[in-house]
Parts: sequence; structure tokens; C-alpha cells
Amino acid sequence: MMPLLTMERVSVRFGGLVAVNQLDLEVRQGEILALIGPNGAGKSTVFNLITGIYRPTEGTIRFRGEIINDKHPHEIAARGISRTFQTIHLFNELPVFENVLIGAHTQGKSGFLGALGGFLPVKRREERALADLARECLALVQLDCKVDELAKNLSYGEQRRLEIARALAVRPRLLLLDEPAAGMNPQEKKELMDLIRKIQVSGITILVVEHDMKFVMGLSDRIAVLDYGAKIAEGLPEEIRSNPAVIEAYLGKGVSGQC
Amino acid sequence: MFWQQLINGIALGSTYALIALGYTMVYGIIQLINFAHGEIYMVGAFAALVLVTVFKMSIFLAMVLAMVVCLLLGVIIEFVAYRPLRRSSRLSALISAIGVSTFLSTLVLLIFGADAKGFPDDVFPVVQMRIGAAEVSSLQLLIIGVSALLMLGLEFIVHHTKIGKAMRATSQDYTTAALMGVNVNLVISFTFALGSALAAAGGVLVGIYFNAVSFNMGLMAGLKAFAAAVLGGIGSIPGAMLGGVVLGVVEVLGVAAGYSSYKDAIAFAILVAVLMIKPTGLLGQKIQKKV
Amino acid sequence: MIGEYLENLVNLVDAYYLQIFVNIGIAIIMALGLNLVTGVTGQLSLGHAAFMSIGAFTGAILTIKLGMPFSLNLICSGLMAALCGVVIGFPILRLSGDYLAIATLGFAEILKVILLNLDITNRALGLSVPLPHTPIPLPIYVWLTVLLVLAAMVLIQNSRFGRALRAIREDEIAAETMGVNTTLYKIQAFAIGAFTAGLGGCLYAHFIAYINPSDFGFSKSVDILNMVVLGGLGSIPGSVLGATLLTTAPEFLRFMERYRMMVYGALLVFLMIFRPNGLLGGVSIRKLVCKALGIKPGPRKPWHRISTRKAGG
Ligand SMILES: Nc1ncnc2c1ncn2[C@@H]1O[C@H](COP(=O)(O)OP(=O)(O)O)[C@@H](O)[C@H]1O
Ligand SMILES: [Mg+2]
Repeated sequence: MMPLLTMERVSVRFGGLVAVNQLDLEVRQGEILALIGPNGAGKSTVFNLITGIYRPTEGTIRFRGEIINDKHPHEIAARGISRTFQTIHLFNELPVFENVLIGAHTQGKSGFLGALGGFLPVKRREERALADLARECLALVQLDCKVDELAKNLSYGEQRRLEIARALAVRPRLLLLDEPAAGMNPQEKKELMDLIRKIQVSGITILVVEHDMKFVMGLSDRIAVLDYGAKIAEGLPEEIRSNPAVIEAYLGKGVSGQC
Repeated sequence: MFWQQLINGIALGSTYALIALGYTMVYGIIQLINFAHGEIYMVGAFAALVLVTVFKMSIFLAMVLAMVVCLLLGVIIEFVAYRPLRRSSRLSALISAIGVSTFLSTLVLLIFGADAKGFPDDVFPVVQMRIGAAEVSSLQLLIIGVSALLMLGLEFIVHHTKIGKAMRATSQDYTTAALMGVNVNLVISFTFALGSALAAAGGVLVGIYFNAVSFNMGLMAGLKAFAAAVLGGIGSIPGAMLGGVVLGVVEVLGVAAGYSSYKDAIAFAILVAVLMIKPTGLLGQKIQKKV
Repeated sequence: MIGEYLENLVNLVDAYYLQIFVNIGIAIIMALGLNLVTGVTGQLSLGHAAFMSIGAFTGAILTIKLGMPFSLNLICSGLMAALCGVVIGFPILRLSGDYLAIATLGFAEILKVILLNLDITNRALGLSVPLPHTPIPLPIYVWLTVLLVLAAMVLIQNSRFGRALRAIREDEIAAETMGVNTTLYKIQAFAIGAFTAGLGGCLYAHFIAYINPSDFGFSKSVDILNMVVLGGLGSIPGSVLGATLLTTAPEFLRFMERYRMMVYGALLVFLMIFRPNGLLGGVSIRKLVCKALGIKPGPRKPWHRISTRKAGG
């Protein structure tokens, strides 16, 4: 079966810095693939490349066979890739529900003229369908009791969940989660794991970046390891656990981090 | 003819450069377009005018005092109108800056009236000199000389003093500089002080050059200087100097070529073109926003 | 027939108050348009008055040269301004924040200089605009336009389109990642804002009967910005209130005339520091009205409607 997403020899440079270096990566339909690596390895940059926020300097990125290298982020969203951000990017001054409604943007069509005809039954139906979808996504992350709250007033864990709900409202085929468990306590992490599994069961493929090894090992089907922008290992969790290159990358960092 | 216009352009451009430096330094540090900067330049011109006509001071002393007045004004404006907004959106700070600008120009209008005022004739002896094919006035030499001197002074402060180092560090990376113990508030005040003093000098020089000082001279000059700062690459000090001079020369040449009624549009056309083609300006660095 | 009644009605009103009334109407139109661009979409425009001048001169020239029916003229003026909005917006809306603001200002100044140099606008002398042939009196036209613009703005804010605009204001990268074509939406917002400014300009030109490019400079743009900021960026009732207050204040406070711009300047600083959301930002008019009438506000947002429906079924 054709992989859902492939990256072939993808590189990106910022000035002199090669943030992602000749990366080959495959995300298979239906799996949970974890992308790990020390801080600054280029994981978030990979997400930014896939979602079109950065353009690769070299290489090709394909989604369902189509090259998406030079597509804008909104075009990529329309093709079914959505994401959360490592540093939270919510619509802070808007209510929770509206955040998710905006996530459902690609599921509607009415533009400016549609807005002027907002009182027409067709348009009301569309709005209702979007609201239904948003409500469903909020229920999944258990935020349906906070719909009227402004996003900025949520707790940190709730904000992370809201980002997931908003990303789900895009109705993605591929969901990218950038450090979703950061700052969560063990109980929240466990709930998050269950949530991600639930999302996988609903047929969405997941690429997740996470630092918590227990979380990664317990959740992912496969793991890819990045160091200095290059892939140094890829495989099943148990393979990665015992891979010397990976241990080296983490330990090496740990030692140098002390001085 | 060309050389003549070139010299005229460089003289005018030096004053743009003096104002542009303030924009560029402030923007480099707090990413604010200090919209009131043009008004500071205007106040500088008025301060010198009052000192020269009322207190009969020499123009050089008046210029120095005008620089001090504006230095204080710049620091006060930052303290009152921008500092409380440092955590707000950049839109808020920009709107506040527009408010300050409107306030100052109307205040001066109320005090001095709408007519342009001139310096006394004997404020600076004007002598014409021939250099090759071009005629240069002592006034132009004064402008170019004083501007060059001030810019050299600025270069020295920025590169060879402790506070200058702190300025550069803050403009590189605000948060890190703050964490490393740089007194960011002091650096910001200092930056406003420096920029405002330079603008005041520019205002005085322009006031003598055109023999006209008026309440609304700040808006256009400020915008043009901002265009110069953008042209040179906002945040870059040499860029602001280069941008100012280039803009002055282009404007003077444009007028000489018969586009005098479009004079004010030239700067904006350059500004808009630069923003569109190379938003980072001639000497600016390319930055991509991190996500 | 109806026109005649309205004519008589308008003639009854004292000319001075009629003038203020019309000025308020035009100010509301201008403020609502800028509110969409700056308040809702978050793109600071310092050249709103330039689009007003496009509308004013288009309208004036159409009346002078063609004697076009006024309604058609009004629409043409709006469209012309919108067209300019698109032409200008397309290149500059890629710029962010303050660069955009400066670029709008730059374009506005360039436009002013061009208008000051064209024969058809009578250069720096300006144009005298004859009274247009209208079936209903001009003041009524102004207020009909106000109502239409108001209705359009309310519909926009409650739509998928308006949501996308707000998303752009809040976080452009996130909006784009959620599938919002931010460039397209910003241009549309810009064009709609320009369109309403064109309407306002056309009405202004015909009511004031004399226009000059210098009337539509930077300080006019700041005036309009003030109304929007005072009322509360993004708030429709706020824009209406801001426009009304700032148009009438100098009339009531005669002494203010001289100090007007000074007070406005200080007001901007003060508002940004102490009340960044303006007078009505974050205030729900609906809730206030319900409270005054002593009734409980019912569900309004779609998510509430759905929750009640589901609970019932
Ligand atoms: N827009 C950018 N401009 C310059 N450097 C960047 C940019 N984005 C990321 N980088 C650099 O690329 C490297 C990888 O960053 P990132 O992908 O955020 O790492 P990770 O998510 O693995 O911690 C870092 O050195 C970072 O500073
Ligand atoms: Mg990261």
C-alpha cells in the first residue's frame, strides 16, 4: 500500500544552519509514528515543512502521491493534514467553540456572499453542520463544558486539548501533534494517550513529536529518531530502545548539556 | 548640473538619515514604528528657533540645547506612551504612537500658529563656493559636516561603549539580553534619547536650510525618513544612513527632472517598492519567523 | 410620491442638525468599513480616507460628466474604491503588522499626490459637486446606506467568512494552518472596507458639494481610526458609538474645536493604555438590553441552539 506521506531527501536551511538534512521519512496509513530526538534536532521544523509553513530547500514531500512542496498551508489543510503547535497557537480572544469552528473551516464553503445570505436556510444548515462537527470534536477531548470560555482563560492542559480538538475539526487524514504531553501531569498524560489511541481508531494517521519516552514507547507503532536534522534511526519501539546510535545521541547531548 | 543636484541631494539626504537613525534604532530594539519621531524632529527645530530668536543664542549652542530638549522629550514619550504597552499587541503601541504624534503637532500648532517661521538671516553666514562644476553653499557643508560628525559619534557609542554593546545585544535578542542581566529599560530609554537627539539636530539643520519651521513639517519628513530606514533595511544603522542619502538624492534628481509636483510621492513610491521587492531593505538581514 | 413625503420631512428638520445627522451617518459608514479591516481582521490601515477620496471623486465626476442616477453612481463609487482596494491590497497585504500600516499610508499619500495633479479632479482646486437627481432626499440616502452597511457587517461577523477574518486577527499562522486562505480573506476584507469607504466618500461629496484631495489626508484617516478604537476594535456597536461621539463632540463642546486633534491624540494613547478594548469592546449589547428589560437572554450562538435541540430529542 502506498504510504500516506513520504519525504524524500528533504532539506531546509536557515542561513548557514541545516535544520533538516536529507531526510527520508514515510508515514503509513493508520499508524502512530513518533518522531523523537534531542532539542533542536529539527522535529518541529519537519512539521513546519509538512504543513507548508516552511518550504524545503531540496527534496520532495508527497501526500497521497501528490507533491505538496510548494503548496500553501491552507491548501495542505484542505488536503487533510492538520496539526497542533509546540508553543500553543490558539485564537486567544475567541471562545473555545469558535476556535474549533474555525478548525472546521475547510468543511464549509460559504464566503463573503454566503455571509450576506446568512439568513437563508441553506446557509443556516451549513452553519449547523459545522457546529455539530465542532461539538463532536470538543466532546472527544472533554471540553464540551467550556464552550463559552475564552481560549486564553483555559488551563494549560485544556489549551493543549483544545488545539487537538481544533485540529480534528479539519477532519484530517494525517494529524501532527507537536509535544502534546508537554507540561502535563502523569494522569493527564495517561488520558492523552487514550485520546490519541481513540483518534487512531477513528481512522486518522498520527505523527507525534514527544520527549517523554514512556509516553512514546507506550503509544507509537513505529519511531523515527532525528539528530542534527538527519534521521539516525527508525524502527519498532523495542528496536529504538536498544539502538546504540540513539543512546549516543541522547547521552552525548546530556553530557555536553552539563558544561 | 548633475553634480550640483547630487550635492543638493546629499545635503537633504543627510537630514533624512539623521531622522531615519532614530526609527531604525527603536525598531531594532522594540519593533515599534515610533510614529512620533517626526514630531520630535519638528519640536527640535522649534526649540532651536526659540533659543535663537528669543534668547539670541548662537546656532550651535541652540542646536545642542535643542538636542537635549528632544532627548528628554523622547525619553518621556517612551515612558508615558509606550512603556505601559510593552506587553500589549504591537497594534496598540503603534496606535498610541500615532496618538502622540497627533498630540504634539497640534500642541505646536496651538502655540506657534499655522504659518511657517524662519530663522533670522544672520543665523549662519551663507557663502557660495565652487567645487568643479558644482556650487556648494556653506550651509550645505554645515549640514553634511554636522550629520557626518553625529553619525561618527553614534558609531562610536554603538560599537565602543558598554551601553552600545547592550543596545546591540538587546536588538539581537531582547529576551536573552534581559536574561543575561542587561537593563533593558535603561537601554530602551537610551535608544530613544539617542534617536531623538539626532532627529532634533536634523530638524534644526532643515529649519536653517529651507528657512522654514512649521508644525506640520514632522509628518512628511518623518515618513520619508522612515522610508529611508526601510530602504536601508530597518534595524541597520549603516542602512539608515545609506537609505537617507539615497532617498535625498533620488528626490532631488526627480524634482530636477521635472517631477516637482510629485516630489512627496517619490519617497513613498520607493518605500512601497522596497517593501514589496525586498522587505528587508538594502542592508537588512533576512529573517524567517520561527514557529 | 414617497420621495415627496420624505422631502417635506427632511425640510422640516433644522439645517444645522440635519448636517450633523448626515455627518454622523457618513462617519458610521467610514468607521464600520475600517472596523472590518482593522478591528475584525486586525490589519491596521492608515489610508482609509484614501478610499473615501476615490469614492468621492468617482461620484462627483460621474454626476458632473454623466449625470448618472444617484443609486447607480453610489454603487460605481463603491466598486471603484473596492477595485483600488484590491489593486493596492494584493501586493501589500503580504506585509505584516506595522509594515502594512506604513504601506497603506504610503499608498494613500501617493494617491493624494496623484489626485492633486490630475486634470479631471481639477488639481489642487478641487471639485464643486452639483446636487444629484435623487428620488429621495440625500440625508435619507445616507441613512439607508448606513442601515445596509450595518446589516452587512452584522451578517459578516456571524458567518464562516467573519470567523475566518477574526482568526486572521488572532493568529495568522494558525488560521492558515486551519485552512483559511489568509491572503484571499485579507484582500476581501480590504476590498469590502474600501467599498464602504467609497460609499461614504460619494455621499460626502454630494452632501458637502465641494471636495479637495487634501480633505482626505492622513489626519482624516486618523479621525476614522479614532472612532473605531474609541468604540472598541472589532465591535460594531462600538464603531457606531465611536463615530457618533467623535462627530458630535466638537459640536457640543465648541471650545474643543481648536483642541480637537490634540484631544484625539491624547485619547488614543489613553485608550490604548487604560481601555484597549475601547468603550464597548467585550460588551454585549444584547445582554445589556435584556438586562434592562428584565428578561433572560436566550441562546444565540449556534452551539447553544444545538445543545438545546439535542437535550430535547
Ligand atoms: N525560522 C527559523 N529560522 C532560523 N532557524 C530556525 C528556524 N526554525 C527553526 N530553526 C532552527 O532549526 C533547528 C531545529 O529547530 P526545531 O525544529 O524547533 O527543533 P526541535 O523541534 O527538534 O526541538 C534549531 O536550531 C532552530 O533554532
Ligand atoms: Mg520542537
